[in-house]
Amino acid sequence: MEIYQKQISMKLSHIEKLESESIHIIREVVAEFENPVMLYSIGKDSSVMLHLAQKAFYPNKIPFKLMHIDTTWKFKEMINFRDVTVKKYNLDLLVHINKEGVRNNINPISSGSKIHTDIMKTQSLIQALDKYKFDAAFGGARRDEEKSRAKERIFSFRDKKHRWDPKNQKPELWNLFNTNIDKDESVRVFPLSNWTEIDIWQYIYQENIPLVPLYFSKIRSVIRRNDMMIMVDDDRLKIRENEKIEQKKVRFRTLGCYPLTAAVESDATNVEEIIIELLESKYSERQGRLIDNDQIGSMEKKKQEGYF
Amino acid sequence: MDIETFFQNQNNKKQLKILTCGSVDDGKSTLIGRLLFDSKNIYSDQLTQIKIESEKYGTQGKQIDLALLIDGLQAEREQGITIDVAYRYFETEKCKFIIADTPGHEEYTRNMVTGASNSDVGIILVDATKGILDQTKRHTFILSLLGIENIIVAVNKMDLINYDQKKFKDIISSFKKFSSEFKFNLQKFIPISALVGDNVFQKNSNINWYNEKSLIDELEEISLNESLEEEIFSLPIQFVNRSSSDFRGYSGTITSGKIKVNDEVHVLSSKEKVKIIKILTPKGESDFAVKEQAVTLTLDRAVDISRGELLCSVKNHNYFLSDQFASHIIWMNKEHMIPERNYIFKFINFQTIGKITDLVHKININSFEKIASKFLNLNEIGYAKVALNKNTIFNPYKNNKKLGSFVIIDQFNNQTVGAGVIEHELRRASNISWHQMSINKNLRSSINGQKPCVLWFTGLSGSGKSTIANIIEQKLHKLGKHTYLLDGDNVRHGLNKDLGFTDVDRVENIRRISEVSRLMVDAGLITIVSFISPFNSERKMARELLESDEFIEIYVDTSIEECEKRDPKGLYKKARSGKLKNFTGIDSNYEIPSSPEIVLETKIKSAEELADEVILYLKQYNKI
Repeated sequence: MEIYQKQISMKLSHIEKLESESIHIIREVVAEFENPVMLYSIGKDSSVMLHLAQKAFYPNKIPFKLMHIDTTWKFKEMINFRDVTVKKYNLDLLVHINKEGVRNNINPISSGSKIHTDIMKTQSLIQALDKYKFDAAFGGARRDEEKSRAKERIFSFRDKKHRWDPKNQKPELWNLFNTNIDKDESVRVFPLSNWTEIDIWQYIYQENIPLVPLYFSKIRSVIRRNDMMIMVDDDRLKIRENEKIEQKKVRFRTLGCYPLTAAVESDATNVEEIIIELLESKYSERQGRLIDNDQIGSMEKKKQEGYF
Repeated sequence: MDIETFFQNQNNKKQLKILTCGSVDDGKSTLIGRLLFDSKNIYSDQLTQIKIESEKYGTQGKQIDLALLIDGLQAEREQGITIDVAYRYFETEKCKFIIADTPGHEEYTRNMVTGASNSDVGIILVDATKGILDQTKRHTFILSLLGIENIIVAVNKMDLINYDQKKFKDIISSFKKFSSEFKFNLQKFIPISALVGDNVFQKNSNINWYNEKSLIDELEEISLNESLEEEIFSLPIQFVNRSSSDFRGYSGTITSGKIKVNDEVHVLSSKEKVKIIKILTPKGESDFAVKEQAVTLTLDRAVDISRGELLCSVKNHNYFLSDQFASHIIWMNKEHMIPERNYIFKFINFQTIGKITDLVHKININSFEKIASKFLNLNEIGYAKVALNKNTIFNPYKNNKKLGSFVIIDQFNNQTVGAGVIEHELRRASNISWHQMSINKNLRSSINGQKPCVLWFTGLSGSGKSTIANIIEQKLHKLGKHTYLLDGDNVRHGLNKDLGFTDVDRVENIRRISEVSRLMVDAGLITIVSFISPFNSERKMARELLESDEFIEIYVDTSIEECEKRDPKGLYKKARSGKLKNFTGIDSNYEIPSSPEIVLETKIKSAEELADEVILYLKQYNKI
């Protein structure tokens, strides 16, 4: 009987395989690059990525810095969670804000989602990468999120201007990663490429990974706009005449800038309930992201310009 | 549903990586779309978007074009073709699938190779209305080269041929015919219609003559060979973890076998034995760890281990430390491969400069013929020798895919220009030191007043090598000299009877003969070697095994026309009629020696006269 059990435990589960693959990728970056950084977006995927990085270098500290590109329009609870996490794990976190964008009053409401995302996220990220001269940047994107992501490499090359060229990607065979770049070029590295949304949630549950409370349902103040439920996080969101603030039991499947990320009605207050809800769901997680719907192929365009 | 039951089910699901390949319009994207759709892995907002896009780009009239779920990049949607490798995820009750979707055009062979490198199963789509195409052959060949053990041939668009059983059977038999050389563990044939859904998930009454499993049932039942018991433990060291003063751990992902605390392992390059003290796995400290786990190990003592090192089981390991190996190479760049040019070779846990010294042949991937060539173009596959600028640890690909694979990187523009799978190492004996004996070859040969050497005859079959060699040996024997004649045909009856006439086997044949001649020279003998030995590189290898004046290359210069006219063994006739493959001068290359010590022109002189010329040479150079 004991032998039987040993054999069972020697076979890695799907999640364990993904976990080891991600750790391998994270270590490879540290072994081959001089100045890597982990882009930390505070969301669930970033939380999983951070957890995996801690495992990769246990018992030592993570040997690189984290960086948050703050658009100044993140939910308050996200910023609180970020600061608590940094303190709890004693992390080195850089926060970068596009000051020029702030001066020009770029915001998601009056500037529109496209301009806001471009200046406060894409341009801001590029500024930060240039400022600190990072040669590798980890991101928490997954291939199942969006169609153009499905074609991106795990080690995704960026030229001196941080552009992605989908037609000129380096072939990626086995788990051999080409880490050779010239000065001022860089790579974006996606350790979670092969994870699906349900894998992420299962891992969060099994590893008990802390998350921003916005993922869990509770009564929140929302308005309806363009068929989406937008949470009223502060008074920067001006309520229009035909809109009224409602109290709804809602949560977020994905977290971005607050007026750009829609809430969904839900009763799921913990990870188990979220997983059950997810299994019964008919909608994909990016459905709540306004930026994907601007135009067909919009994510692909943004990525070519330097967006994650 | 109970969440714990759900997780238990999830954890029991096996992970299967599959590659779909097929020609341009065989319906690959439609099949993958069908798999996602029927496994209910498509959300309704995605479907809505596809409906919008179907109207704009679709090819199925008013119906949803499932292929649009898959063709991710805008450029592709506009052109209606898949231009890169995309990865898709779906799951069923028993299985979690990762699909690599790769394009069918010949110019995208590199993408298919990329997809195949990470797959367990290959689905080869065949369009029932077209039958087996060149692309089908090419894809089957690539799957075999990349060591994919399970293939499923899905004959698609059965609805368009009215589910005709005979046509299906014809396709099976022509597939079997061309693929007989390839060895797959599992090979299945399924008639399907991806468009309609027949035999993808559900069995369908349209094909009532087909009684076997549907595609998804077949996939779910594939069992991957994962018996760790027989495997040797190997861990390529990726990273040394030692930032705090008292901790020094060695990190990497186990590529084969398993390891327990207190096991002894070899540090391969130094052959030092060390004991495992602690094993840190992603789940924390553990008594053991297994293949595919990313681990950190601590050892019983401080040893010199850095990135690039390999830890492996003490006994019976078959890893080699060498700077040269033979491999299959797939070229992936517009600029063709250049032999002797320096490239970066990246392996699992290190990279180093090296070069392709010799392209033995390239392979016509549609007909599988071996063709002589000096270089490889984009999407071409060849068999080549690689020399690195330092000793490295590796294992043939067939033993360990992780340790037996590499990519080639251009050192000027950093592009990944090629990929390779290691077949075997060259210079196998480099890590065994030569025993110094008290009686050496000078003492052995001085007894009868001769200096040992090798008379290496090279020339086409039927050129007269053996005839002349035989006369020389008789003459030397009369002079009281100790000789031995190694003849091609005779050696192939014994020492080399396991080798055929492919270029690879020819190289190995000559390598063995070279080593045997070296031993015979060491024994003090005048060694006469009579082999076609068609390649410069192998003759060079033989020469380099000996002292500079011990190797006498004799080119028996007889034209192919003359040899074919003589044809003493009737071999040319057989080769011309196609009964004999890889025959030198006909469908296998002969490289004329550039600077042999002796050239014997058989058209002008008799064998007797030519033998005397060689004897004269030996006297002039004080060999006898």
